[in-house]
Amino acid sequence: MTSVDPATRRARELVRAGLARVAPGPDLDALDDGDDFRDALELDSLDFLSFVEHLARSAEVRIDEDDYPRLRTVRDAAAFLVAAGVG
Amino acid sequence: MPSLGADMDAGTVVEWAVAPGDRVRRGDIVAAVETEKSVIDVECFEDGVVERLLVPVGTKVPVGAPLAVIATDRSGPTDAPSADQQAPAPHPRATPPVRQFAKRHGLDVADLPGSGHDGTVTRADVRAALEAPAPSPAPAPSPAPAPSSAPAPARLPITPYARRLAAERGTGAEALRPGPDGVVRARDVPDGPSASAPTPAREVVAPAEEPPPRATSDGMRAAIAARMNRSLREIPQYHVDAVIELGAALEGLRERNRRAAVTERIVPAALLLVAAARAARRVPALNGHWVDGAFAPSPTVDLGVVVSLREGGLLVPTIPAADELTLPEAMTALRDAVTRARAGRLRSSDAVDASITVTDLGETGGHAVHGRIFPPQVALVGFGAIVRRPWAEGDLLGVRPTVAATLTGDHRATDGVVGGRFLHVIDDVLHDPEEWS
Repeated sequence: MTSVDPATRRARELVRAGLARVAPGPDLDALDDGDDFRDALELDSLDFLSFVEHLARSAEVRIDEDDYPRLRTVRDAAAFLVAAGVG
Repeated sequence: MPSLGADMDAGTVVEWAVAPGDRVRRGDIVAAVETEKSVIDVECFEDGVVERLLVPVGTKVPVGAPLAVIATDRSGPTDAPSADQQAPAPHPRATPPVRQFAKRHGLDVADLPGSGHDGTVTRADVRAALEAPAPSPAPAPSPAPAPSSAPAPARLPITPYARRLAAERGTGAEALRPGPDGVVRARDVPDGPSASAPTPAREVVAPAEEPPPRATSDGMRAAIAARMNRSLREIPQYHVDAVIELGAALEGLRERNRRAAVTERIVPAALLLVAAARAARRVPALNGHWVDGAFAPSPTVDLGVVVSLREGGLLVPTIPAADELTLPEAMTALRDAVTRARAGRLRSSDAVDASITVTDLGETGGHAVHGRIFPPQVALVGFGAIVRRPWAEGDLLGVRPTVAATLTGDHRATDGVVGGRFLHVIDDVLHDPEEWS
């Protein structure tokens, strides 16, 4: 297992915590970091919006609608947060 | 006991959020009632002081039975910030089906107290009037009664509802202070987590001491089955569909959302809802109820919104007067109703009888839905997922975001041409930013 830098680890935790706010349960536990979570967790647009809301608040970053395509998997979303300075 | 849905006969009081002596305002949550489908927070429909609670917790009573006596204080000073000077908007006292129901029993809705949204008279009010032989227990305008001359009903340190609220809000036990009667009630639970609580960044669903009082999915399935069987048995339904191009509408939303904070962004589903509500106003033949062999148009567009639940099943909260909402208001109403439905905690105002219903599969759903009408309504609007499709404009072919809109109509009330007109109006509204921006 490759070692993960602390910023990425923290960003990943923030993403998963945000998902847990809108879709807690076994599907989230089984979610792989590379899975498209909107499909896997069956998030509708309102769920996704509240996920973005939680994430923007907990990570203290601005997330624009144009950024949504970069929030498809846990891995991508974590990378987005790290690029935005989280960590 | 208010009627919290057309198919409800009785409900069980599972929590009182107020006690005798409490001052309440219109819209305050006063009790929680369990129906076979869910638990619903019952809102108060007038300002006043709670005089007596008539139904103990755990008791099941039929729709129409009085739950509590509230002394209204018409003489009291109005310290509410509401614009009392304005004449109240002329509001119909009752929907036509209720009016007819009352008439069949020799009553006039104008004479009855209304417990519904904005004081409308509901079917339950009519039943209550029928069951009360004495003049209806009109709450006397009395001064505030001496606080609890009766002994406090229960000596529990905390009510189950308050305990659950505290768990949901992350309130520690140390932050809870009981009310004057020594019992911690829902209103005693602070809105936010206690200051000492750790930041809920990794909040998990706390195993509360008892599971939320959510109706069993069996009960919900049975309720859906009963309603859909009735729909299939009673209503000869027709279907019409139209694919609607959304390029400009979605671009308009994107433009607006680009400038907006996350909390003010608007999802396409809210726009579709607004379009459906406006269409229902402009095609009134589809907005109302089929009662006693005739169509009774509804004076307002009370839009039922089908909400699918994560654990299966669905709830259909109503957004009252949805055609009068601006797009941001519709977004707020939609988000709140969906949040309450998914939490299993609808309010009585969510449970008013809808005049037409919308089902929206959302972006991960199928491409089109041909739904069944919820009787006694006469139409159901369906939206599939927004998908990019080849689109011809003039002689040119492009690729545009589109949505398949469908309308299921009651063939006793209207014909397919009316359904087609309805979809056409939806298309018009979506292509006319003046209508919604």
